[in-house]
Amino acid sequence: MSTPVPTPSAGTPAIEVRNLHKSFGDNEVLKGIDFHVNQGEVVCVIGPSGSGKSTLLRCVNRLEEPTTGTIRVEGTDITDPETDLDAVRTRIGMVFQQFNLFPHLNVLQNLTLAQRRAKKRGKAEAEATAMKNLAKVGLADRAKAFPSQLSGGQQQRVAIARALSMDPDMMLFDEPTSALDPELVGDVLEVMRQLAQEGMTMMVVTHEMGFAREVGDRVVFMDGGIVVEQGAPEAVLGNPQHERTRSFLSKVL
Amino acid sequence: MKPSTRRRLTRGILYAVFVLAVVAVVLLADWQAIGVNFFDPEVARAAFPTIITVAVKNTVVYTIIAFIGGLILGLILALMKLSPVGPYRWAATVYIEIFRGLPALLVIFAMAFAVPIAFSWRPPGGNAGAGLIALIMVSGAYIAETIRAGIQAVPAGQTEAARSLGMGPAWTMVSVTLPQAFRIITPPLTNELVILIKDTSLLFIAGMAMQDRELTTFARDSVSQNANSTPLVLAAIMYLIITLPLTQLVAKLERHNQRGR
Repeated sequence: MSTPVPTPSAGTPAIEVRNLHKSFGDNEVLKGIDFHVNQGEVVCVIGPSGSGKSTLLRCVNRLEEPTTGTIRVEGTDITDPETDLDAVRTRIGMVFQQFNLFPHLNVLQNLTLAQRRAKKRGKAEAEATAMKNLAKVGLADRAKAFPSQLSGGQQQRVAIARALSMDPDMMLFDEPTSALDPELVGDVLEVMRQLAQEGMTMMVVTHEMGFAREVGDRVVFMDGGIVVEQGAPEAVLGNPQHERTRSFLSKVL
Repeated sequence: MKPSTRRRLTRGILYAVFVLAVVAVVLLADWQAIGVNFFDPEVARAAFPTIITVAVKNTVVYTIIAFIGGLILGLILALMKLSPVGPYRWAATVYIEIFRGLPALLVIFAMAFAVPIAFSWRPPGGNAGAGLIALIMVSGAYIAETIRAGIQAVPAGQTEAARSLGMGPAWTMVSVTLPQAFRIITPPLTNELVILIKDTSLLFIAGMAMQDRELTTFARDSVSQNANSTPLVLAAIMYLIITLPLTQLVAKLERHNQRGR
């Protein structure tokens, strides 16, 4: 049995995480996280590797099973076993560090597959949506190419277009530029910047401090499985209150 | 002795041994007996066209049936083995371990004689059909392990991407994981096919009607009829005509896969 997913009212946060713990075996990666993203907000999560920021992001669409705690997406408790997880996931776009395009399908098929299988859209509608989003990321001319024929930056933009083709309410980015050659990072960040300007709700795990400062509405600094400090980008990045934040920023800035 | 001299000497000895061996074979072999027993043109002529219209045809048909049956059974077993439901996993593991550990000949024998007598079962397609079911049961166990390995070789990120797009586990398996898995396992699967071609020869133990005989059964019958071994050579040539292109194909596919997918 699955309960229908209610449509969110204007006040509900897009993502609301309460007292989230996550352990892998004996290793506790998240030690009681309270975290939220408001609708239309761009939240950048920064922190050293192993701080648990990717795990937090992956818990939000339950690619990782939380150990304890609640996660609400637009008011729907996704840790509730009665929740239709697949339906919730169609509303959460996700972009991976390694792109994860389907190598056996061409670009257009990559974008239409889930629209047709999960959203039950017809072929024409799915392709029209796909082409619209390919144009948005500047790759409409590569619709028939296979992922292996694209550069890393192009693949990541296709991955963004694939997530957008589900018409999600929010987007999760898991270090979207970390696997890219430096000269290819700019195009991907530009697409993300454009998305933010259009008012997309975004949670971005990133090492791009410039992007966090410029595009982020809020920056969250995580270390050792807890949220150490959060606030406006200029406050957290420009005038950090905690020693751990200062020490991290001195290494990356 | 200088290294270059030693190398030349070693090379010379190797060639000399080879030439001596060839000369010995040519001189010592009983060419007369070989010609009469293995290359009798009369016996060879008499084998045609039946060797093609019945024997080769049946070998190919049996191979295709056993391979497709083995693929279906193997896919089911592989999915069971990866199932989150424990009893499915255990059942698949037990089946696979048993049938990989048994000689195919024993299984064919059981299906063609023991099972029909015990349960008064009339196998479809007669004894050949019973033998084919046995071949499917055995090849399914091998193919299951190949498919399982292929599924597990598809990066976890592929499943995560599909699931994050809201696709359910079944659609993810069918449209994302399996197509990539089968691409990865095309070389080992082709190998299974070559092994099956040869294993259809084991069906001779089932005992078959005239029109059901495959290459080996045909050759064996023909040998005893003519008191001459030429049909064996003919059968061998037929097998090679079928298997050699396939083994070449496997080698080509493996090189292709190594260049990166």
